[in-house]
Amino acid sequence: MHKSWWKILCVLLLLYTFIGGFLMDVPRLPALSETIRNLYFHVCMWFCMMILFTVSVVYAIRYLRTNKLTDDIYSRQFAAVGIVFGVLGYATGAIWMSYTWADPNNSSFQSFNAVAREPKLIGAAIALLIYFAYMVLRDSISDIDKRARITAVYNIFAFALLFPTIWIIPRLLPSLHPGGENGNPALDFKDIDNRMRLVFYPAVIGWTLLGVWITSLKIRLNLLKEKRFLQ
Amino acid sequence: MRKLKSLFTFIPLFLLTQISYAQNDGDKVEMADTMRSNGRIYVVVAVVVLILIGLLLYLVRLDRKITRMEKENNG
Repeated sequence: MHKSWWKILCVLLLLYTFIGGFLMDVPRLPALSETIRNLYFHVCMWFCMMILFTVSVVYAIRYLRTNKLTDDIYSRQFAAVGIVFGVLGYATGAIWMSYTWADPNNSSFQSFNAVAREPKLIGAAIALLIYFAYMVLRDSISDIDKRARITAVYNIFAFALLFPTIWIIPRLLPSLHPGGENGNPALDFKDIDNRMRLVFYPAVIGWTLLGVWITSLKIRLNLLKEKRFLQ
Repeated sequence: MRKLKSLFTFIPLFLLTQISYAQNDGDKVEMADTMRSNGRIYVVVAVVVLILIGLLLYLVRLDRKITRMEKENNG
């Protein structure tokens, strides 16, 4: 194991997240009640995804400048792990929403009608589908250099589309998801409770480091696999 | 010295705001207070933390394995 200090930091922060996240005090809010603790898990998935996609697009641009296949491998692996975290964020959101947004007086089928129109859900689904297409595109081109170049350009477009689909449009439309009029609820200093920030920020860092750790393993494995092309 | 004095006046004020926090929220919202008071919450935490540790150890093992492969490949 090399450069292990941030891996130790990752382990410590995640342990703190899980212990503090369950045991520390949270504000008593109607409808949310104890599920507010999902903030330490569900929201962190999206933060981690966003950071990994950002790193991915940086490596894509670097590939276009340098034409080194190493950068292409970096870019691909960061996008792949970003997708995993995105899917986890989506799935956890689905569970959370079915307990807090669904109208308890209606059957879940009827409240699905309202919940499925949620712009944040549709936007996030589109953003993830664009990244799925990135993976499909990669595997459909057999020429290595061509694949790297085309997908690097596609990666930039995919990243650009993240902003309207998950940041802008859900905030322009009426939405059940927090963060409608007043920006990002997790980053707004007036909105999120002080006690929650004590766990939330370490949690974001911990989860992101975990994502980077997994990515670094995948990158190293792929560098070994593609060794003969990299010289 | 003056700094210290102001610090001593402010700390109780901070504590006061904490107390008012606790009272503002009210006890109307139903939380898992029973689970906390009888200590069952620690069972949940223990299980979750154990799973986390298991997954992280698995990651460490993979990391070591890949390091070994890298050494064999370059050596």
